[in-house]
Amino acid sequence: MEPIEAGVFYTQTVGFLAAMIVFTAFVMLAQGKLITLINSFALQGFLLALITVVVAKVLGYRHLYISAGMTLVLKGMMIPWLLRYLVVRMGLHRHVDPAERPVHLMLIGASLVVFSYYVTLPIVRLSMLETRNILAVSMATIFLGMLLMISRRLAVTHVVGFMVIENGLFFSAVVSTYGMPMVVELGIAFDVLVAAVLFGVFFFQIRESIDSLDVDKLNRLREEQE
Amino acid sequence: MTWLLNILEPLLFIAAAPLFAGWIKWLKCLAQNRKPPMPWQPYRDLAKLFRKETLVAEQASWIFYTAPYIIFSVAVLAATVVPFVSVDMPTAEIADVIVLVGFFALARFFQALAGMDIGTAFGGMGSSREMTIASFAEPAFLMAVFTLAVSASTTNLSAAIEYHLAHPHLIHPSYVFAALALMLVAIAESGRIPVDNPATHLELTMIHEAMILEYSGRYLALIEWAAQIRLMIYGVLLANVFCPWGIAQDTGLSELAVGVVAIAVKLAILNMVLVASETVLAKMRLFRVAQYLGFAYFLGTLGMLIHIVVEVGT
Repeated sequence: MEPIEAGVFYTQTVGFLAAMIVFTAFVMLAQGKLITLINSFALQGFLLALITVVVAKVLGYRHLYISAGMTLVLKGMMIPWLLRYLVVRMGLHRHVDPAERPVHLMLIGASLVVFSYYVTLPIVRLSMLETRNILAVSMATIFLGMLLMISRRLAVTHVVGFMVIENGLFFSAVVSTYGMPMVVELGIAFDVLVAAVLFGVFFFQIRESIDSLDVDKLNRLREEQE
Repeated sequence: MTWLLNILEPLLFIAAAPLFAGWIKWLKCLAQNRKPPMPWQPYRDLAKLFRKETLVAEQASWIFYTAPYIIFSVAVLAATVVPFVSVDMPTAEIADVIVLVGFFALARFFQALAGMDIGTAFGGMGSSREMTIASFAEPAFLMAVFTLAVSASTTNLSAAIEYHLAHPHLIHPSYVFAALALMLVAIAESGRIPVDNPATHLELTMIHEAMILEYSGRYLALIEWAAQIRLMIYGVLLANVFCPWGIAQDTGLSELAVGVVAIAVKLAILNMVLVASETVLAKMRLFRVAQYLGFAYFLGTLGMLIHIVVEVGT
């Protein structure tokens, strides 16, 4: 067997990890159990960190190691830990937030992948990047995060969907421009962390005012009709 | 020489199928802390059934009499399509994987007809369930296979395996999805645990057993043997297509010996995975099977999409 070229190794490993990331997004879409949802989110964070390390190693961008470390610590450990803590604290760890019509949801997700492929096709034609194919996958991750947010009821799932969107944005930054400027990246990282903490506070507030985390119930908060 | 090999290989396949089924049972009993029957127990069962008197209901028509022979011979034909020990089998080169799906469909058609032929309630129920599951499983199977076919640009199993062996350092993310989809379909189609329980004859849950309830003697032996061959076909398909290393590309004796050892090792690993999943999972409700197979179909579709998006053009 002849030795594998660095370029081939790079595109294939990144492609494989990208496929895994989009797969975790689909797992989250199909998953009803909150704890499993959070675990697959953590897995996505790990994969994202791994992909960043591969890009940093093969292309020699040192600053990406810092991004990878931050992704690992924040999205792979801290935010999932925080969410898990909140879920357990509110006694929702056995709670199921089921998707209505999961098969339909999956097919919508698959068509979103096709859509993002179609949207990025002109960029792929023009770009000279080796990872230009991955752009569609990262865009699909953003869309899948949005789909996760609009298809569920519980506020916890919405937060996970929001974080998936953020993962998708970071992912597309890594594969298309090899990361954002450090200042921007640090800013976003802390924003996300603060957002996670704030969401935690909001969970308790929402639950106190409507006795549930089911956001659909907010529609029913009307004044008594005479 | 290749033709001789081509005759010997399916014979080995057919002879090994009961051993494979017995081996799964043996390992499963050990995993669940029960006293296992020996792995070659299915041979004894088959021998006993062949010796026994064959009783047939009075109302049985010719379909009931011929179905076991058709099912068994179709299973044997299907076994010749899948490369087992060596890759260049003439019959595997004639027929492709769509023919294989067709063989399965033919056998299933006759099995369902035979199930309904006597007119007992269980037979009809089993046939209806089998066809329901098949109608979900077949598209998923085809989708997983198409993912393979698109990346190797052939639907022929031998050619696909040769393509893989020629390009060993290509990582195909789409294959992970296709393999998962095929695994889910294989479990559903061969009547293993989350879909059907092969160990019981409980009225309300059985699918495969319900259809063959009226058979006895050598008819039952043929059908059981065909079911074991089908299980082994799925195992070999998964092992050889997604992990083709070690399969003999030549007709040399040492290559063939390596091929036999390789397929045995691969099947052993697959066996452990199957036993682990069967021990951990419980049988699911019948109405959830559609969702389960919908997920398999979806995995196949995702594999295809990933192939088009990520792999084409790199």
